Order: sequence, then structure tokens, then C-alpha cells
Amino acid sequence: MKPQIHVQDLNVWYGQQQALKNITFDIPARGITAIIGPSGCGKTTLLRCLNRLIEETEEVRVTGQVFVDGADIYNRSTDVTEVRTRVGLLAPKPFPLPMSIYDNVAYGPRIHGRRKGEHIDQLVERHLRAADLWDEVNGRLRAPASRLSTGQQQRLCLARALAVEPEVLLCDEPTSALDPISAQRIEAQLQALKEERTIVVVTHLLRQARRLADDLVFLWLGELVEYGPAAKMFSAPKDERTRAYLAGDIG
Amino acid sequence: MKRHQIEERFFKALMIASMVVVLGSLALILGTIVWRGLSALNLAMLTQTPKGGYYLGKEGGILNAIVGSLYLAGGATALALVASLPIAVYLNSYAGRSRYAELARLALDVLWGVPSIVYGAFGFIIMLWLGIRASLLGGIIALALLELPIMARGMDEAIAMVPLALKEASYALGATRLETALKVVLRQTGPALVTATLLAFGRGIGDTASVLFTAGFTDRLPDSLFDPAASLPLAIFFQLNTPFPAVQERAYASALVLMLIVLGLGLISRQRSGRLAKHLIR
Repeated sequence: MKPQIHVQDLNVWYGQQQALKNITFDIPARGITAIIGPSGCGKTTLLRCLNRLIEETEEVRVTGQVFVDGADIYNRSTDVTEVRTRVGLLAPKPFPLPMSIYDNVAYGPRIHGRRKGEHIDQLVERHLRAADLWDEVNGRLRAPASRLSTGQQQRLCLARALAVEPEVLLCDEPTSALDPISAQRIEAQLQALKEERTIVVVTHLLRQARRLADDLVFLWLGELVEYGPAAKMFSAPKDERTRAYLAGDIG
Repeated sequence: MKRHQIEERFFKALMIASMVVVLGSLALILGTIVWRGLSALNLAMLTQTPKGGYYLGKEGGILNAIVGSLYLAGGATALALVASLPIAVYLNSYAGRSRYAELARLALDVLWGVPSIVYGAFGFIIMLWLGIRASLLGGIIALALLELPIMARGMDEAIAMVPLALKEASYALGATRLETALKVVLRQTGPALVTATLLAFGRGIGDTASVLFTAGFTDRLPDSLFDPAASLPLAIFFQLNTPFPAVQERAYASALVLMLIVLGLGLISRQRSGRLAKHLIR
């Protein structure tokens, strides 16, 4: 099967310090790929390269290529907003936009030129349902998003990301700010979404990776050690560092 | 008592003392103005222009100065706003912490410190050069120059406080910098932008030196941008300068009017920005 994302010789420097070294790997279409590794190994950096959000960081330099559906997103002729429309992001801490619940979900579709009121209404409902938030906010869609609980805010951020209808959804430790029950609901939604979308999850929780991942990518100190189907890597890791990390001996 | 406890108490006492000085000064100023001016304040003062002999104690009012000041400060604030908002957005969303942006901030800080008489003199020279006489337009431009650095830097500081993660949330949805600035950053900073605008307005309406040469002074209401315009600070100055106690009282009453305008606007905007604030992300 052709991979959805192909990363080729990716290097990232923050100032003089190299954060990622010659990363090359594939992410298959559909399913959940988990990027794992200890703190500071470059998981988030790698994730932020996949929608070019890395470029918002100051004094950062990126070399190499990232192909999404065969097209290099770092090509000069590529429009960065178009990349981010196709590759969405769910951040670790929910940051709703300073507007109503409805407007948060409608924000993406509106800036991408979908303006018909009725159509937007349906879209907002559909994606709030997909994020498992509809029943809690139906009837107060015009209330400020800031009044929702943290768990609800994260599901709102999920709905907001889905409303742009990205092919790929990047999740950067999506449950790290949440209580266990809210975390479980996010995980359940990701499981449901993986049937039709490619999901990439960064996590430092091995148990979460075990629950969610169809494929695994293991980073260690800015290097990619090993990647492949999760079941295979958990049962028979090829690299000694992978084995030690998965067994809990290091990291 | 141990040494660190004495230190703690000493500095706490200092803080309380400084607060007393600040609040006391405000109370003293307000008290003086109300005490000396309230008896002279009446409807005629607010609704009439000065009649012949007003400055000798005869009848009339300061409507010319009230209207003039509102036109001057209102126009200047509008003009400064049109320039400040793009400056603040540009400095944060596009220029970031580049050397160019830092230079622009330094220039604004220097301009903030320039005495207002310099703006007045500068405006006057330009007006002479262009052959314009003292007018509402001249005053508005000079005041706008005075207000610009205050407003632009106030907005700049407010916008700089917006968390990067909030902007990134918008970028990650495929929004451009402009869309993010207009739809997210300005909403998030709304109340602070109102405060910066108000601060500049307050500075503008209270300034005397910059309008002295540029707007002039007249007992009539301005009919157009090219007519001279009176202002409250100058009206206070002229009335206070007369030897007649009754007219001096009117000066205090004028000061009271000026304070009430600034205070009233502050209260209204506070209530308005409270409505904006409910959407803010903390």
C-alpha cells in the first residue's frame, strides 16, 4: 500500500542545536501511527514538521522532504495554508479561539470560503457529533468556548480541526492536560476516526501507544531508531534500544 | 523580631505609604476641583458659547471649548487609531522580534517621551510651510502625532501578550497571518485595545501645548476643519489667568467638565470591554 506520508532525510536545527537527524520513514494511510520516545527526543518537533507549523518557531532550520500524497510540502511552490488544511493538528493543551462554540467549529470552513449559513449549521453539528461534544453543547452553541471545561475544550478543538476535513490529523500528546475520563473519550474518538483518516499521535505514554497504535515510530535523542507495525515492534523489536525502552529499562 | 520579619514589615509599610500618596493625590486633585468649581457649574456654562465680557465675569459658557476639545481629541484619536492598529499588528504578526521591529519600537518610545510643545511647534512649522492657519485640522494632526506612540505601543504590548499557541491554533487550521491577526488576535486583545485607545484619548483631550499654535482658540464653534477651534485646557488656562475670582471659579468648573468627560468615557468603555472579555482565552 502506498504511504500517506513519506519523510525523507529530515533534519531540524534550533539555532546551533540539531533536534532531528536524518529522519526517513513512512506513515501508512488510515489507522493510527504513534510517535514514541522519551522527553526531548524530538517527537513534537517531528510532528510539527508534518504540517510546517515548525516554521512558526524562531531560529529554526529544516532540511529534507516531507511528501503528503506524493507531493513535497516543503517545495517552494507549495502554499503553506493549503498544507495545513490537508494536515490538521490537535495541540496538547486546548486553546479554543476567543469566540463562541459555534464560531470555533465554523472558523476553518469560513476562512476556506464556505459561507452558506445552512450548510455551516449542518457542518458544525456533524463535527461536534464526531468529536462527541454535540449533546453537551446543543442549545448553547452561541456561548463562549472559554466557558467549557478543559475536557470539553479539547473535544471542541478536535471538532474544529475536523471541520476543515483534513486527510491527516496530527495529535500532540492530545490527552496530557486531561483527566482520565476526558482522556478516554478523546482516545475513543480517535479510534473511531481512524477508519477514514490518517492519524499521527505523539505520546510519551507507552500504555496509550499500546492501546491506540497500529504503527509505531520510535525516536531516541533526535534519531529514528525503528518504525513499523505496532504489534511487531511490541513483540519483537529489532533494535536493542527499542526493546529496552518498551520494556521500561530506559527513558 | 527576626531580621527578615522586620524587612517584610518595613517594605509592606512602604507599599502602603506609596498607595496612600497615590490615592491621596487623586483625592486631593478631585476634591479641589469639585470644591472650587462646583458652585460655578451650571447649565448655561455647558450649553452657551462665551458672550462679550465672559472673561470679565459676564454671562456665557464654555460650549466652544467642550465641542472643540471633543472634535480635536476625537478626530486625533480616530486618526491615531487608523495608524496605530496596523503598526501594532504588523510589529507582532509579521516583523516579530526582528531588528527592524525593535528599531520601530525604540522610535515609538522616543516619540512617547517627546514633550507636547515640540509636537505643537513642529505642527506649526509645517502649517506655516503649507500656508494653513491655526485650525481644527491642524490641531487634530498635532494631537494625533502626540497620541500615536502612546496608542501604538499600548496595543503592541497587548498583542505581544497573546499566547503563541493561540495563534498556532489558527495557523494549524490553514489560516493566513492576516486572517489570524484580524479574527483571533484582535478579538483576544479587544479590551486592551480599547484601554490603549482611551489612554491616548485622555492624553489628547488634556493636552494644551500641542493645540496652542495649531488649533488656536476662538469663542465660536468651528464650522469646518479649517476653522480655528477652542479646547478645554486652553479655556482653563485663559480663565485662570484673569484677575476675577468668579472667572477663576469657572476655570475649575471647566476642569471638572474635562475630568467628567474622561471619567465617563472610561466607565462606558470599561462596561463595553466587559462584554468583549467574555470570549477571552486565559
